[in-house]
Amino acid sequence: MSSAQLPILQVIVPLLAAPLCLLINHKLLNWLFTLLVSGFSFVVAALMLWQVSDTGPLSYHLGGWMPPYGIEIRVDQLNAFVALLITAISTLVITSAHTSLENKKDIAPGKHTYFYVAYLLCFAGLLGILVTGDAFNLFVFLEISSLSSYVLIALGRDRRALWASFQYLVMGTIGATFILIGIGLLYMKTGTLNIADLAERLPEMADTRTIFVAFCFFIVGVCLKLALFPLHMWLPNAYAYAPTVVTAFLAASSTKVALYVVVRFVFVVFGVDFSFTTIPLQAVFVTLGTLGVLVASLVAINQQNIKRMLAYSSIAQIGYMVLGLSFGSITGLMASLLHLFNHALMKGALFLTLGAVFYRIGGVSLKHFQGIGRHMPFTLAAFVIGGVSIIGMPLTVGFVSKWYLLQAAIAQGWYLVSVIILVGSLLSVIYIWKVVDAAYFKPALVNQAQLKEAPLSLLIPVWVLVLANLYFGMDTRLTVTLTDQVATQLMHIEVLP
Amino acid sequence: MNASTLLITTLSLPLFLVLLIVLFRKQPNIRETLSITFGILVFIVNLLLLESLWAGTAIECHLFALFPGLTIAFKIEPLGMVFALVASALWPVTTLYATGYMRAHHEPRQTQFYCFFAIAIFSVLGIAFAGNLLTLFIFYELLTLSTFPLVAHAGTAKAKRGARVYLGILLLSSILFLLLAIISTWHFTGSLDFKNGGLFAQVSDEVVSVILVLFVFGIGKAALMPLHSWLPAAMVAPTPVSALLHAVAVVKAGVFTILKVMVYVIGIERLANLPGTTFLLYLAGFSILVASLVAIRKRNLKARLAWSTVSQLGYITMGALLATPLGIIGSTMHIAMHAFSKITLFFCAGAILVATHKTEIQDMQGLGKQMPITMLAFGIASLGIIGLPPAGGTWSKWLLLMATVETEHWLLMLLLMLSSLLSIGYLLPVSLRAFFPATAAVPLSPAATGSIDLAPKASLLAIVLTTLACVGLFFFADAIYQLASKVV
Repeated sequence: MSSAQLPILQVIVPLLAAPLCLLINHKLLNWLFTLLVSGFSFVVAALMLWQVSDTGPLSYHLGGWMPPYGIEIRVDQLNAFVALLITAISTLVITSAHTSLENKKDIAPGKHTYFYVAYLLCFAGLLGILVTGDAFNLFVFLEISSLSSYVLIALGRDRRALWASFQYLVMGTIGATFILIGIGLLYMKTGTLNIADLAERLPEMADTRTIFVAFCFFIVGVCLKLALFPLHMWLPNAYAYAPTVVTAFLAASSTKVALYVVVRFVFVVFGVDFSFTTIPLQAVFVTLGTLGVLVASLVAINQQNIKRMLAYSSIAQIGYMVLGLSFGSITGLMASLLHLFNHALMKGALFLTLGAVFYRIGGVSLKHFQGIGRHMPFTLAAFVIGGVSIIGMPLTVGFVSKWYLLQAAIAQGWYLVSVIILVGSLLSVIYIWKVVDAAYFKPALVNQAQLKEAPLSLLIPVWVLVLANLYFGMDTRLTVTLTDQVATQLMHIEVLP
Repeated sequence: MNASTLLITTLSLPLFLVLLIVLFRKQPNIRETLSITFGILVFIVNLLLLESLWAGTAIECHLFALFPGLTIAFKIEPLGMVFALVASALWPVTTLYATGYMRAHHEPRQTQFYCFFAIAIFSVLGIAFAGNLLTLFIFYELLTLSTFPLVAHAGTAKAKRGARVYLGILLLSSILFLLLAIISTWHFTGSLDFKNGGLFAQVSDEVVSVILVLFVFGIGKAALMPLHSWLPAAMVAPTPVSALLHAVAVVKAGVFTILKVMVYVIGIERLANLPGTTFLLYLAGFSILVASLVAIRKRNLKARLAWSTVSQLGYITMGALLATPLGIIGSTMHIAMHAFSKITLFFCAGAILVATHKTEIQDMQGLGKQMPITMLAFGIASLGIIGLPPAGGTWSKWLLLMATVETEHWLLMLLLMLSSLLSIGYLLPVSLRAFFPATAAVPLSPAATGSIDLAPKASLLAIVLTTLACVGLFFFADAIYQLASKVV
């Protein structure tokens, strides 16, 4: 396999695999097939990252058409890094999917094939967004991933899942439309859709109102997908009522990809100069980021459904990431990218843990958690470690991102912001504590005899992620070096016109 | 074996013990014997380390880099050595005591208890030997988390409430202030290493003052008012936990960190001239006096001891903030002296609770007949807290008093003397009334016949050991003085 073909393999394999699932139409085989595809994508992403770090960006010309006329697939360290993360999480999530979906409370029997088809489409869409070097193509992949995620959410057995999916559909479509308007305006003004080309042509016409409007439409649209406070309304319901596997996958991947798009457009296409001086993006992001951290954390404290609680926690964590971007400094960008990676690990672990609890207990509200600490020690230990990571205790990944985020805030002289970051992590102590308290200190309500440790097929992916939380919390060489390089490159683009 | 290997050994022994405890969870005798053996082993290794430290070898080891330029590192210096020796000397004794106490009191979940106990000791050693602020912070947080299950051990609503306050205040202060102080230090100086004379040579007074205040409030384990309320709340824990963790390990980790920061991060010369220092000094003075006043009004013995601890910790914090060699030496010695005295007092309180189920001081009148050894030990240890011969506390209190005179803080000197008087008032009557009851003695409990002292045998042995140590430290205080005077 020639390494030049890697970028297209990243997208085309899951995209073609999706309809194949329909043909296979067998529970176990579909699962194995999806697992294989996901694992293959992971290998491809790893090879790409290795190659990109070695020799610089890879460019693949679709159909042999030269960019900027044809569609270009362009992979640099930034998107290879995110792709590696998404494929890794996906592989782990899918590992537990077979057992998790057996639970009739999670997904209707007979809908398994639809799940795998929609899942692979969503996976392909997300990877497409990451690797493509073409703005319109990005929109197309965004729609592929969005439409399939509406389906995935609607698969939830709770009837409210339909409503949640519809809510997300409405909001998502508004977001997508905004993005399309933004891209349209950019195309109108510059005559190109290639991202690198756009970045080159935009500075000379940066002062026009069209570009200004294009920027606003685009960023608002993406922030809807990102669920940045106050555009987050769709997220809690969608996460709460979707099947647990879906929640784990979406929480760890789709918002991360949206954040990637923000980074790509703010720092590369429009450039730091335009985004932070012509547009008051800094003020907007700081305000929304800090508000997001505070409000979402406070709301999370009052949730009874743990899935919802973690969903609000995700919104708060997105606040941290956006806060990192708002500094407009290398350290800030680094912190943001680190948190992108780290948050995927924590939330992946936590939601998969919820999956294991759901499998055994059939519910994930606080009362379901009562007294299960002694009966499901490994599952709950995983939850505790994941929670400690969310809080940002040292030796977990949460500490790493917090460390850089605080450093960026202090370097900027924004002491109030650094206090808010810390208050946010104190608030997370409270909501994580509620679960720990219920699990370890309250008497069990459910019939004790039926309480067993979750099956290994669910525990293994959970613990791989939990150990990753600890490993990347201690050995930060890979993540810190990589994000440092990426951040320096992205900020450098701004310095050299 | 070279010194770095020894350092790793002493750190890994408690962790290894955790494995063994889990392995032998069904055989309590093996479990407890192992705990005590490992405690003694750790103490011996620490003594060997002390020997290398005296020989002048630099003992360090770097584990791995957490961030570029920041490693998880351990390094032994005199201050940490004192703390580690005190903690590791008292660990096996406390385990011995716990063996008697936990069985006599029929406490549940003893394996879990001994596991978290060992992890807590591991964290304490990590704090004592930490080579930079980051490492110290990591073990500081680990100590909070690992002692939490110990505090909540009873599992009752009251225990949970106390444990929540404990966890809440310690996490709040450490996340909100200490982490901020550490990151600010890193930002302004580019280093988190412990260095004689401090790190802040190039930074303006205002910034250092703010960081100093952040540090002092961030180290909530030092229980300086107004962050002291976790300490009385944590008294819901079983007595061995209160004894080791809240008279020795946790609170001493707090004041040790304060001392370490003052000497090696801020630097005592810098500290003496900072505008923020005076405010903190008087806050410590306030803490000393008010806590003593509260202690005198407490009728529950453990609560009284807890408040007395708050007051005594104030002494150490004040000594550190006085920023003179005398103050630092006095504080370092007081860490050791107070540890031995206070642990004896807690041991006695626990023994009384197990033997007679009494917690209130007025019920303990005339108890000297049934528990003569325990009450005598209580009396001697009280002298140590007050600072009277023949107990080691005399020397440290003397040095601290001299430090206030030397720096001409007359008001603080008065406060120290007043608080010592108050401590006579709240500690001595307990043992005096036990032997010379004011009212008619309480009738003997039936079990009293046949044994000299009602306390469980193992616990009594522990009490005798620590009391002897209290007295021993009076006569052999020079060893600690020599070590402490190497700090500055």
